[in-house]
Amino acid sequence: MPKISLSILLSYWLTIFVAMSLNILPLEGAWLIAMPDWVLVALIYWALAEPESASVGKAWLVGLLVDALTGQLLGQYALAYSVSIFLCIKQHKRIRQFPIIQQSLFVCLILFGAQFLIYWIESFSHQDMPVSFWLPVLTGGLAWPVVSFILRKVRHL
Amino acid sequence: MIVVLLSVFLLAADQYSDKLKPVRNLLSVLVYPIQYVVDFPSYFMNNLLGSVDSYDALLRENKALKQQQLINDSRLLKFAALEKENIRLRSLLDSSFKLGEQVLIAEMLAVNLAPYEHVVVVNKGNRFGVHVGQPVLDAKGVVGQVTKALPLTAEVILITDPNHAIPVQVNRNGLHTIAIGSGQLNKLSLPFLPNNADIKPGDLLITSGLGGVFPQGYPVATVESFVEQPDKPFAVIQAKPAAALNTNGELLIVWSNSQVIPLSKTLAEQNNAQD
Repeated sequence: MPKISLSILLSYWLTIFVAMSLNILPLEGAWLIAMPDWVLVALIYWALAEPESASVGKAWLVGLLVDALTGQLLGQYALAYSVSIFLCIKQHKRIRQFPIIQQSLFVCLILFGAQFLIYWIESFSHQDMPVSFWLPVLTGGLAWPVVSFILRKVRHL
Repeated sequence: MIVVLLSVFLLAADQYSDKLKPVRNLLSVLVYPIQYVVDFPSYFMNNLLGSVDSYDALLRENKALKQQQLINDSRLLKFAALEKENIRLRSLLDSSFKLGEQVLIAEMLAVNLAPYEHVVVVNKGNRFGVHVGQPVLDAKGVVGQVTKALPLTAEVILITDPNHAIPVQVNRNGLHTIAIGSGQLNKLSLPFLPNNADIKPGDLLITSGLGGVFPQGYPVATVESFVEQPDKPFAVIQAKPAAALNTNGELLIVWSNSQVIPLSKTLAEQNNAQD
């Protein structure tokens, strides 16, 4: 098992903490609806950049925390996050070679998958979601270049 | 694979039982700092604005509040007399009267959980004895009810959440119906009233006390529009919540006393004799 450096671990949890805070910012109107799932975007970055330290198990744990944070069914985000991160870790070698535009598309795809899982689980207990439920997928992809740039700075701090 | 199975198991367990409550409690304590951090800027700003208020403004506010207090006091005096009279009359009629409610003041945290749900977090939880199903009010009317009581916080579903329904009655004539959340903070819909129902814009809707969650007689909303639909069995009626749902401030979590006052002295004595 490769040795995981402490600073990586620290910045991992720090960024996740910031992403969680961003997720529950009290916004209004269009901002609220278009808000991407920052936690998942951050998780994807770490899965691509440090696949050894950002394991599926950690993603699951983060998902569980997000579940508790947002008061959803326990396991909902945990399931979505761990499946997405599993895919990311599987593909990380290929994705890293992509130009940034293609990476964004890939992130969109992963976010869509996660959102679909959440949609599927919510459909058991809630009524239909409006179309704008899918908007965070697009904005998440758009936010990817910025997020990956910032997180790279954080990682090499 | 393992985590997927574990997640599905958790989902099922959380949906169909409350065995996972300790787990959720633990997790909620872990994420409380995040909610605190997000809430902090607005909390800080409020404090700052409060501390730079001028002396004059404070004096004025104090004076106004004192006057308000005087008016309220005199109203309360009358109310106390009326309540006594009501109890007396009810005991004559052999019906029961509910005791007053106890309240706890909680502050809303400025956090936003899920975009399509009207759920807010308040800063009082299990440790203050808050429990699931308690009604939550503010100074102007009904706000919602507690859906999750966690150790440090509680989650309150607002009456405007699409998944929330509240039994109400029209104050003017006692007409019973159900008000359902519309998903918009300034709108409730009353989908179960026929076209010829005796209800019109401006009517006050109060809690009817049916269903046993909300105590009777608190204002919920005022009717805003009534549109007849000749081709459908029910009219389209919309109401505006009385409580200030879109401003975050202090809320009252209510313990409604489920014990009723003994009807008359004789009955109380009978009970004592049985004891």
